[in-house]
Amino acid sequence: RASESEGEKEAIVADFHKKIKDAFEVFDHESNNTVDVREIGTIIRSLGCCPTEGELHDLIAEVEEEEPTGFIRYEKFLPVMTKVLLERKYRPIPEDVLLRAFEVLDTAKHGFLTKEELIKYMTEEGEPFSQEEMEEMLSAAIDPESNSINYKEYITMMVIDEN
Amino acid sequence: MGSSTSAPHRFAFQNAEHAFKAAALIQRWYRRYMARLEMRRRCTWSIFQSIEYAGQQDQVKLHDFFSYLVDHFTPRNHNERDFLNRMFTEERFAQDSEMEKSSDFESIEVPDSYTGPRLSFPLLPDQATALVEAFRLKQQLHARYVLNLLYETRKHLAQLPNINRVSTCYSEEITVCGDLHGQLDDLIFIFYKNGLPSPERAYVFNGDFVDRGKESVEILMVLFAFMLVYPKEFHLNRGNHEDHMVNLRYGFTKEVLHKYKTHGKKILRTLQDVFCWLPLATLVDEKVLVLHGGISDRTDLEFLAKLDRHKIVSTLRCKMRKESTKQEEEKKTANQPSSAQEPTPWFLPQSRSLPSTPFHLRPDKAHRAGRSCSIPCPGALDRQELSRHARRSVDLELERCRQQAGFPGIKESEEPSPLASGPDPESGELLEPTQEEWRQVVDILWSDPMAQEGCKANTVRGGGCYFGPDVTQQLLERYSLQLLIRSHECKPEGYEFCHNRKVLTIFSASNYYEVGSNRGAYVKLGPSLTPHIVQYQANKGTHLLTMRQRISRVEESALRALRKKLFAHSSDLLDEFKKHDADKTGIISLSDWAAAVESVLHLGLPWRMLRPQLVNSSTDNMLEYKTWLESLAKEQLSRENIQSSLLEKLYRNRSNLETIFRIIDSDHSGFISLDEFRQTWKLFSSHMNIDISDDCICDLARSIDFNKDGQIDINEFLEAFRLVEQSCSEGRDSACPQSTDTSDGGPSSPDPH
Repeated sequence: RASESEGEKEAIVADFHKKIKDAFEVFDHESNNTVDVREIGTIIRSLGCCPTEGELHDLIAEVEEEEPTGFIRYEKFLPVMTKVLLERKYRPIPEDVLLRAFEVLDTAKHGFLTKEELIKYMTEEGEPFSQEEMEEMLSAAIDPESNSINYKEYITMMVIDEN
Repeated sequence: MGSSTSAPHRFAFQNAEHAFKAAALIQRWYRRYMARLEMRRRCTWSIFQSIEYAGQQDQVKLHDFFSYLVDHFTPRNHNERDFLNRMFTEERFAQDSEMEKSSDFESIEVPDSYTGPRLSFPLLPDQATALVEAFRLKQQLHARYVLNLLYETRKHLAQLPNINRVSTCYSEEITVCGDLHGQLDDLIFIFYKNGLPSPERAYVFNGDFVDRGKESVEILMVLFAFMLVYPKEFHLNRGNHEDHMVNLRYGFTKEVLHKYKTHGKKILRTLQDVFCWLPLATLVDEKVLVLHGGISDRTDLEFLAKLDRHKIVSTLRCKMRKESTKQEEEKKTANQPSSAQEPTPWFLPQSRSLPSTPFHLRPDKAHRAGRSCSIPCPGALDRQELSRHARRSVDLELERCRQQAGFPGIKESEEPSPLASGPDPESGELLEPTQEEWRQVVDILWSDPMAQEGCKANTVRGGGCYFGPDVTQQLLERYSLQLLIRSHECKPEGYEFCHNRKVLTIFSASNYYEVGSNRGAYVKLGPSLTPHIVQYQANKGTHLLTMRQRISRVEESALRALRKKLFAHSSDLLDEFKKHDADKTGIISLSDWAAAVESVLHLGLPWRMLRPQLVNSSTDNMLEYKTWLESLAKEQLSRENIQSSLLEKLYRNRSNLETIFRIIDSDHSGFISLDEFRQTWKLFSSHMNIDISDDCICDLARSIDFNKDGQIDINEFLEAFRLVEQSCSEGRDSACPQSTDTSDGGPSSPDPH
C-alpha cells in the first residue's frame, strides 16, 4: 500500500513539474531557464496559488540567488514551487469569503461601496495597491453612473469571467 | 484607566483590524486575478508570434527550394524550360531604360472625373500634406501620379549613400519610427501627435512600411513624398519587407494589383527597383545607428557602406556570380572563416557532418553547380570538398523530387545551363551580389537580439542571426557608437530596451496582431541623444475596454488562428495521438496531448497553459482525441463536397500556394493554365511530402468551378478558401461565390472594421 501511494505521489509530482515548467517557460524569453524576478508573482499565481505580497516576498527570498541577480533560475524555483503545490499552500479565496470581506468594508451596509471608499481602503489598508492597480480595478469595478461598486455583482462577474 | 473607556477603543481597534484584514484579502484575491490575466496575455502573444515566424520560415524555405531548383534543374525540353523560366525569372529593370521609364507615366491620362490629389514635380510641402489629408479621406492616388512619384523617388534614392548621416545640429530633434506594415492610421496619428515633417523636425522611418496592413500603397506615397520635399531631414531605411518576393506572400502585391487594376504590374515593377535603392541604415550624430533588423558578429559597416546595394533585389534569394575555378580559389583564401553558423538549407541533411555513402557525382553537375546559395561554408573544411559533398546529396534529393513529379530523369547531356537568369558574367556585367554582400545585408535586415552572449543562426525566421549583448558591445565599441535602434519585432508596449539599454527596439504598428494586442511607439532624439519614447494605440475602441476585455478579444483571435493551424495538421495529429494510445482505447492523457501537439506543430507554445481554451471535452484529465479532432474540423469546414483531407492539406499550404501562384503568374494577369497548376502542384507536393493523386486535383479543380477554357483564375481559387474560412466563422450558411468581400488572407489578420 505504501508503494502504491509512493507511485501516486510520483505521478502527482511529475504532473506538477510539467505544469510548473510550462508556466515558467512563458516568461523565459531567452530560453535559458531564467525569468525576471518581477514575473515570479505572476507565475506562482497562475499556478493556482493566492499568496499575500508578504508571502510572495518570502518565496522570492527562497528562490533567489545568494547575491540577487534580478533573475530566478528554474533549478531553484522548481523544488520550492513543487513543495508549495504539494502542501496546497496559499489556497484561493472562496467566493463567499470574498463577499464577506467586502461586507466588512461596507460599514453602512448599503450593498455597495462608493468610489472614494474603495480607493481609500485599497490604497491605505492591507497591502496597498499601486496607483496602476487601483486605476485598473476602478475601470472594471465602478459603475460610472452611480460612481460606486456593487460588490456582489462585481464578484459574480469576475468569477464568471475567470471560468 | 477604567474599563468603560477601553471598550470603545477595543471595539475601534477590532474594527480597524477587521477592515485591514478584509482589505488585504480583497487585494490578495485581485492580484491573483490580474496575474492570471497577464498569463493569458503572454500566451496569446506567443501564439501570434510563433505563427507569424513559422510563416516567415516557410517563406524562406520555399524560396530556398526554388533557388536551388533554378540552379540545378535541367529541363529536358522547351515546355519545361519555359515553365520554369516563368516561375523563377526575376524581372529586372535594365539600368539604361530611362526613356522607357519616363514614358511609363507620361502617357497615362488622368480623367477629368478624377477627384483625388494631383501631383506636380518638383513636389511642394503642401502637396505632401495634401496627400496625407486625401488618404485620410480614403481617396486613392491615380496611377499616373503614383508612377511619377516613384520615378522621382528612384532618382533621389539612387544618389543617396548606403548609410545616411543625420545630425541634430540642423534639425534639433529627430524622430525614429519603426514598422508600420500598411497601417496608415498609425502614420497619421504619429504626424498628428508629433507634428508633420519639416526642416526642424527630422524623421527616420526604419523599414517594413508595407505588407499585412491594407494601406501600404498610401504609406509609401506619403513617405516618398515627404522624402522628396525634405530630402535632408526625412530618411528611410530598407526593411526585410521592402522586397518583392516577401510582398508576394504578405499582401502588398495583392493590394497593389487590387487597387490598380490597369497599371498595377507597372507599379510593382517600378517598386521592385525603388526598394533596392532604399538606404540600408541611418547614422545619427555618428553615435546612434538606426537599421531595421539587427547585426551579427560579422557586421562590417565600412563594407556595407561601399557595396552596391542596388544589386540586392531580394534578401530571400542569393545568386552568386559564376566564377572560374581560379577565381574561386583566390576567393577561398581571401575570405575569413565564418564564426557565425549559417542556417543549413532545410532540404540538406540536418547534421553538419557529411553524408557517409558516396554518391555518383555527375561531372557536368559539379561544374554547373559552381554557383549556389545558402550552402554553409564552415571555415575548417575544404570549401570545394564540402560543396561537392553537399551537392551530391542535393542532387539525389532533387532527382527524387523530379521523378515523383513525373519529370523524366536527367540525361548527362552537354546542354549548357538554360536558366542563366542573369547575364553572362564573362561579358562584364555584374548584376548579382557576392555571397558576402548578400549576407551582410541579410544580417542587418533580419537579425534579432537575444539575451545570451554569442551569435547564432536565426532559425526561427530562417535568415539573419540572433545576436547577444557581447556582439552589440563589440560593434558599438568598434565604431564608437552609443546606441543601436532597430525594429523588426512587435513589442507589447511598442518598444523595448535590451542589452543593457544599448539596443532599442521600436515598433510603430499598434494593434498589429489584433485590436488591443499592442501599443505602437516612436522615439525622439535631441542633441543629447537621450531617447524619449512616446506610445500610442491608434484605436479609440480599445480605450473604452477594460484590460480584461481587451485581452479577451485578442485572445479569441489568437485561439481562432491556432485552431485553424491545428485543423490543418489533423492527419499528423491523429497519427501522433495514436502513438500515445498503444491499447487503442481512443483516449489519451492531457499530458500526452500536449506532447503530441508540440511535436507536430513545432510552435514552442505552452500547450498545458493553453489547453483549457483548446480542449473543453476532457474528463479526468483524459481526452477522446478523435472526437476532439472532429470538433475542430466542424469548426473549419462547411462544404462536404470538398474532401476534408485534401482541404486540410491545401489549407495548411495556403500561403505557399498563393505565393506559388503569383510567381507562376509572372505577368500578373490573374490566370494560369490548368496544366501549369498541375505541374506546379506536383512539384510542390512531392517536395513537401504531400500525398495527393492527380484525380483528386482534378476533382478539386472541378468543384471550384474553373473556366471551361482550361484557365485558372487565381482569384477564384483563393476565393474558394476564403469562402470556407468565412462560412466557418459565420457558422452555417454556404455563401454563394459572388458575395465575398476582399479581405486579405493570412491567419492572423483582423477583419476590417
